[in-house]
Amino acid sequence: MFQVLCIFIPILAALFMPFFFKKVRSIHTGWFVLIVPLFLVTFYATFVPLISKGETVIAQLDWIPSLGISFVSYLDGLSLLFSLLISGIGALVVLYSIYYLDRTVEQLHNFYIYLLMFMTAMLGVVQSDNMITLYLFWELTSISSFLLIGYWFNRDKSRFGALKSTIITVGGGMLMLGGFVLLSIMGETFSIRELIEQAPELATNDTFVIALILILLGAFTKSAQFPFYIWLPDAMEAPTPVSAYLHSATMVKAGIYLVARFTPIFALSEVWVWLVAGIGLLTLFWGSFFAVKQTDLKGILAFSTVSQLGLIMSLLGVSAIAYHVNGAQDTVFKYAAFAAIFHLINHATFKGSLFMIAGIVDHETGTRDIRKLGGLMGLMPISFTVALIGSFSMAGLPPFNGFLSKEMFLTAMLSVAEFDLFNFTTWGVLFPIIAWIASVFTFIYSFYFVFRTFTGKIKLEALPKKPHEAPVGMLISPVILASLVIAIFFIPNVIADTFVKPAVVAIQPFLYTNPEQVDIHVSAWHGFTPELFMTLGIIVVGLVLFMILAKWQKIYDAFPAKLTLNNLYDFIVYEFSDKWMNRLSKTYMTGSIRGYLSYMFTGIAIIVIGTLFIKDGFKVSFLGASPIRPSQVLLILVLVIGTITTVFAKSRITSIVALGAVGYTVSLFFVMFNAPDLALTQLVIETISVALFLLAFYHLPKFRKAEERTRFRFGRAFVSIAVGVMVTLVALSAHSQKYIESIAQYYKDTVYTLAGGGNIVNVILVDYRGFDTLFEITVLAIAGMAIYGMIKLRMSKKGGKL
Amino acid sequence: MEILMAFVCGFLFMAAIYLILSRSLLRIIIGTGLLSHGAHLLILTMGSFKGSAPPVLSEGVTDYVDPVPQALILTAIVISFGVTAFFLVLAYRAYQELKTDDMTLMKGSEDHE
Repeated sequence: MFQVLCIFIPILAALFMPFFFKKVRSIHTGWFVLIVPLFLVTFYATFVPLISKGETVIAQLDWIPSLGISFVSYLDGLSLLFSLLISGIGALVVLYSIYYLDRTVEQLHNFYIYLLMFMTAMLGVVQSDNMITLYLFWELTSISSFLLIGYWFNRDKSRFGALKSTIITVGGGMLMLGGFVLLSIMGETFSIRELIEQAPELATNDTFVIALILILLGAFTKSAQFPFYIWLPDAMEAPTPVSAYLHSATMVKAGIYLVARFTPIFALSEVWVWLVAGIGLLTLFWGSFFAVKQTDLKGILAFSTVSQLGLIMSLLGVSAIAYHVNGAQDTVFKYAAFAAIFHLINHATFKGSLFMIAGIVDHETGTRDIRKLGGLMGLMPISFTVALIGSFSMAGLPPFNGFLSKEMFLTAMLSVAEFDLFNFTTWGVLFPIIAWIASVFTFIYSFYFVFRTFTGKIKLEALPKKPHEAPVGMLISPVILASLVIAIFFIPNVIADTFVKPAVVAIQPFLYTNPEQVDIHVSAWHGFTPELFMTLGIIVVGLVLFMILAKWQKIYDAFPAKLTLNNLYDFIVYEFSDKWMNRLSKTYMTGSIRGYLSYMFTGIAIIVIGTLFIKDGFKVSFLGASPIRPSQVLLILVLVIGTITTVFAKSRITSIVALGAVGYTVSLFFVMFNAPDLALTQLVIETISVALFLLAFYHLPKFRKAEERTRFRFGRAFVSIAVGVMVTLVALSAHSQKYIESIAQYYKDTVYTLAGGGNIVNVILVDYRGFDTLFEITVLAIAGMAIYGMIKLRMSKKGGKL
Repeated sequence: MEILMAFVCGFLFMAAIYLILSRSLLRIIIGTGLLSHGAHLLILTMGSFKGSAPPVLSEGVTDYVDPVPQALILTAIVISFGVTAFFLVLAYRAYQELKTDDMTLMKGSEDHE
């Protein structure tokens, strides 16, 4: 119970932030916020000993029990690791933001409400075992991310970035919901744990692959995989603490989490292995390649995040291969999941610190443009050291943690080529090659990031501010993260035993049941292996390419500027949906009532006549028809002539009089068909109607010249003929196929005995079905009042008063 | 007779729709008038014309026509009258204010949002 409530602690705390911001002006609101993640990180840390033994903790709070929807806090190796990352880095980011955001200038309460909302959402995503609540929190991350990116809402670019990220991630989230629903139908449960147990049966289902692809789309959009990564660089308009927190360490890893969580279910499928590994690798290469092109510090980091997420994703794809290999515990395949989680931790540390450094540089110099920066080493020594550590770790150099995970990544990629299922023997060769090339680019942009900013000549005149070292408070968080980067290199196995191995068990339950079984020992030196030579190659080629960067950077200009994914997005969102769809709807939304009526009548006629013939419902039977009398035929002739006159009359008076003639003929019909009350009413009403028409006639304009003779319009005639034919066909079929006797016999029998009347129609109106009459009277009353209102009440031209 | 009436109703509907699709407001109202005549006759026809006496109790008669459609039509007549009257006055007021009864001109402004 309390464990579930912990998910909601941040969002509950958010309720008090406006109070702190408005009432306690002298203290930065961030200090109050800081308590929340600090508490959470301590709370989750207490679970570490238990979870690292391979046990799981679960708590549940029912939400909609009748539908099987509940808030579940399920802590196993994977979710505990994520929870610690979220609360731990959350605390560092809040601390950093206290010095980054000025309490006198910024609307801090908004910022911290969004941030705390996000923290709840993220904790919910990683701890939910129920897919519906998982989706709920998933969308809450999208919403809070939207609010945070658009924090400086008076800037155009912020709003653009916020909109873009929301459209893409919420779109993916919707698809993911579809996948969840399909899965829950197949497995008859919303619980992921229960679904994992029945994974083999699920795989035989026809919709299994559809659910798989839908869920992957959700994960790929959130984790900025190719081709959905385009929102991430634009999300850099957010304040830097947000970029560091959401767009490097936590939210973008929600997709990674999702893939890891669902691996036990989907690993059975070849499609999963190919998509996750393939797209991941493509993203890795694409992101690293384009990171070198960026000129904005945060732009470099954004593309680098994209690329590193691709790396983790590809490792997760390879980890699914282990399912298909016999005795995978003893082969190199076991490394993939381990490397993925290990690199995830490492990435969170070094990327978080790098973002904070980018923020410091921006804060202290006033620009993030790498072309204006340079030579800051002497002025900002601490920032430089942290940046150096982060970048070298990102590049995969010893003695930093990135080196270890990159080695394991290369080990896993090399193993792919040995795999002999799903055509991997042929295409698998590409995996290590692409991975190697991408690593070279990673090396280049890491150097590019740190050395272009901190070495070289200083361009003081180009900088908006006079640069100096950041305040101590701002440096605390990046320094902590950077020291973690080094610490993890020296004590990798402590981290591995406590955090990574339990998570690996959660990802690959088909290999291990207990963390102790994960037989992997991380070592910085593991002999002269192919991986080591690959790393040496990366360093050599990377250094050479970095030295001659200016010479080959021009190749980026060779890419046509119009053929980018961003342009595709702009085209879809602005050109296609805005302009083209608008134009399309304007073609039929003409504003002309005649057009609309034509559509409606044509539609009705087509549907009714079509149904009649498709269902073979048309039938004509002369049985039970009453005989035709000559007087009736005469009456029909009068009616037809009257109608034709009404339609084709040249003047409106003829038209009105002819309509009156039709009405009187109808009342004669009523006489003939034994309906005296109808005949009476029709006669009276027709008289009043004609009088009314004549009244209006006096005030209405003459039929205009253009319509003196109603022009024959083919379309108009066609529509009306179609409707006429429809009515006739329906009337004929209905008359010819009567299956149930009328209930009239009851009325006839009881009209006197029960109701005490003789006129059956009248008794029906006021006794059997008196309610009809009551509301018919109401209709008349309303019509009368409305007419009175229309004539009497006028808005005065100027005042707008009645 | 019912077969013949089915054609008559179809014809009334056809004429009514043709008028409703015209430009002049008055013609449209006349069209709705024809439409309600068509509908009323259709209801009556569908109730069938069996029976020879009007549905008013009298000595020695058992062969009454079906009273239910008649009651329905009676209600429908009154309602359609109310609506027609309202519509007419609306047309009259619209012409007074807008100085036109041409439906193609009553489209509102181009860029209404």
